[in-house]
Amino acid sequence: MKCGVVVFPGSNCDHDSYHVLKHLYGQETHWIWHKDQVLEPFDLIVLPGGFSYGDYLRPGAIARFSPIMKAIIKYANAGGRVLGICNGFQILVESGLLPGALRRNASQKFICKYVHLRVESNQTPYTSRCEKNAVLKIPVAHADGGYFVEPETLKALEDQDRIILRYSDAAGRSDATTNPNGSVGQIAGVANAEKNVLGMMPHPERCADPLWPDRDGRYIFDSLIHSS
Amino acid sequence: MLAKIHVTLKKGVLDPQGKAVHHALNDLGYPEVEGVQIGKYMEIRLAGVTSDEAEKRVQEMCEKLLANTVIESYRYTLESTE
Repeated sequence: MKCGVVVFPGSNCDHDSYHVLKHLYGQETHWIWHKDQVLEPFDLIVLPGGFSYGDYLRPGAIARFSPIMKAIIKYANAGGRVLGICNGFQILVESGLLPGALRRNASQKFICKYVHLRVESNQTPYTSRCEKNAVLKIPVAHADGGYFVEPETLKALEDQDRIILRYSDAAGRSDATTNPNGSVGQIAGVANAEKNVLGMMPHPERCADPLWPDRDGRYIFDSLIHSS
Repeated sequence: MLAKIHVTLKKGVLDPQGKAVHHALNDLGYPEVEGVQIGKYMEIRLAGVTSDEAEKRVQEMCEKLLANTVIESYRYTLESTE
């Protein structure tokens, strides 16, 4: 699998993503500079976490207009796989590749902790190695992670099986008490209709290395490599 | 020409900053405060466009970049700077 990790000014989880793909999974992995205009063929593009452009105006609002994004939008619309993690998710909603928006956390606080996620669908290349309703323990680290969509869009997402991850407890129960940031429907990850684009606030790249005690992030990467 | 732009969260979208400030003002002895909405204010200087063109282009700027219309609404005024 040929992977690309996009580097925006202010990305700070780019090296973690690169490390996991290249050194743990042995995949051919390249950096993609945000100012590039031409995208060579890739099997996976990661929009990493961080604070692209300092989160100025809104998280992802300016990165979405980086020169490389035009090519990435085209690639995604042609079926190419794009995984947006945290700030990458924010860039995906700003670019219109995913519906909705990410607002300030309801608590107004930056949240940095492990959360549990219930896998709502394994019919995606990102979750194909998970059981449906499996619970993953993966950290979040964000100030603007409250996912918002209008009720009619939420219904469409549900009907099309596009809600992929929900914040839950360790037993897989998901309700208002397991919601860290005020996301509608406790949504932690959503996909586009074709399921080739996934945006998620939690950071699987931070818990995939065997040197780390928690490794649930590997399920996302195992799935990707298995389904490539 | 000067465009003065306000961007605020749409009605119905939770504004946690506004809520926190609302409570703080009530606690400070302003019980008459009924609601607080926090948003962004931007000033954009424009040159070489007529006011009709400016109107159209500022609206475009708001739609494209300055506001995320999924959760935010915007309003603006245009002032002559001559």
